Amino acid sequence: MVLEAKHISFRYGKESRQILEDFHLKMTREERVGLIAPSGFGKTTFCKILAGYEKPDDGEVLLDGRPLSSFGRYCPVQMIWQHPEQAVNPRLKMREVLAEGDGIEPRVIEGLGIEPDWLNRYPGEISGGEMQRFCIARALGERTRFLLADEISTMLDLITQSQIWSFLVQEVEQRGIGLLAVSHSRELLERVCTRVCDLDV
Amino acid sequence: MKEKQVILEIQGMSVSFDQYAHGFSKTTLEVIRDLDVKVHEGEMVAVVGSSGSGKSLLAHGILGILPYNAALGGKMLYQGEELTQERKERLRGNEIVLVPQSVAFLDPLMKIGPQIRKGKKDPASRARLDRIFEGYHLKKEVQDLYPFELSGGMNRRVLVSTAMMGEPKLVIADEPTPGLHIKMVRRVMEHFRELADRGAGVLLITHDLEQALAVADRVAVFYAGTTVEDAPVSDFRQEETLRHPYSKALWQAMPQNGFRFIPGTQPYVKEMPEGCPFAPRCTQCTEQCRGEIPFRELRGGRVRCLHAV
Repeated sequence: MVLEAKHISFRYGKESRQILEDFHLKMTREERVGLIAPSGFGKTTFCKILAGYEKPDDGEVLLDGRPLSSFGRYCPVQMIWQHPEQAVNPRLKMREVLAEGDGIEPRVIEGLGIEPDWLNRYPGEISGGEMQRFCIARALGERTRFLLADEISTMLDLITQSQIWSFLVQEVEQRGIGLLAVSHSRELLERVCTRVCDLDV
Repeated sequence: MKEKQVILEIQGMSVSFDQYAHGFSKTTLEVIRDLDVKVHEGEMVAVVGSSGSGKSLLAHGILGILPYNAALGGKMLYQGEELTQERKERLRGNEIVLVPQSVAFLDPLMKIGPQIRKGKKDPASRARLDRIFEGYHLKKEVQDLYPFELSGGMNRRVLVSTAMMGEPKLVIADEPTPGLHIKMVRRVMEHFRELADRGAGVLLITHDLEQALAVADRVAVFYAGTTVEDAPVSDFRQEETLRHPYSKALWQAMPQNGFRFIPGTQPYVKEMPEGCPFAPRCTQCTEQCRGEIPFRELRGGRVRCLHAV
């Protein structure tokens, strides 16, 4: 399976700055691609386009040659956001947050170090690091084929960062999920990715 | 060499909150339990802890801006004298300045220029702000805008500018760079460094150990409400010179140092273990670790561990 972004151009509204222009990316399910780019490049926007949250002004996102929208209700390209507290409904218990995913296996929950007791809590009652584990689990549903990780460990401490990434690398390798990792840390991307795409020159 | 004066000394600081859970049952959440930190003049000290660990409360405690339901304990000395609430109110904004974590700290109804100049209109103040803004690639027109009209990154640079306006003796920077590009982070950090080199004490509160190591003189490692170690930056070059098992674990987890990790998570405030907060994850833990652990001097630093050598 191949995920391909072709000639992507995007800007938020007519008056605003051109963010992406004629941007390409092609990756397979066997790859873990790291992306480094300057501030304001549109890394988050690009992830949102790849995951179908935004439509590009120009260009298209294809999964095995087919547009994303043709894949039915569950998008095989899932995104994990930088700020987990902004990506969960504060009025849902963490158990229900997980249930928003596509049949999350107990193995994933366990592998991410999520403790059973956390499931009964609201987002306001757990730490950012704990919440990010839930967000990662939620994105690892049964039908996920590509995972987009947008600065997912920037706000975590180094130990949590290492824990989460070692699980993620193992999980995507085992299940043949392609991974796009956005980070400002070259050291991190060199650790976890099979290739690094450095646009920050 | 003349002994550098201690500007700020905090001993055993604690911050707790009263919460009403069900009806009248009151619980007390102790978010900071035992925080010790010392800042000398001309020195940049980083307090490093993970997000959500209550580090911001340290800044708010020093400035006397904790919320009403918070109780502050421990001892706080500023230039050798106790820092009382009355003294905090007198010094803050003048000798002690805060670079806050969020743009929510700006007055939304005041234009940027006058706000940062604190209403001063004399040519010297104007020129000074112009120069500071120039250094951060902020156009002069920005001074005529309201906070909501700025982008996240611009707002961030405006916040940092606030500390550069006067001649502060103590700068407290609470997570000043998230969302900024790495090059801008470096520039901001250089400015803090400059303030320190001019004699001010800088207290940098951050979750980013790598960033702290790049600019600070000393690092206080904060874990689950407690400072577990206070070490000169050079001690972080290799694992052996570090003192606390948690600092060593942090070191090992850096991508460039092996990316190895220990299992477990920081304990949640409501389930804080007795004694050493790191005990449940520590391989050296013994029965005594469940009791009181003093913060003691060790090899030119300080550590809160019975087994550190």
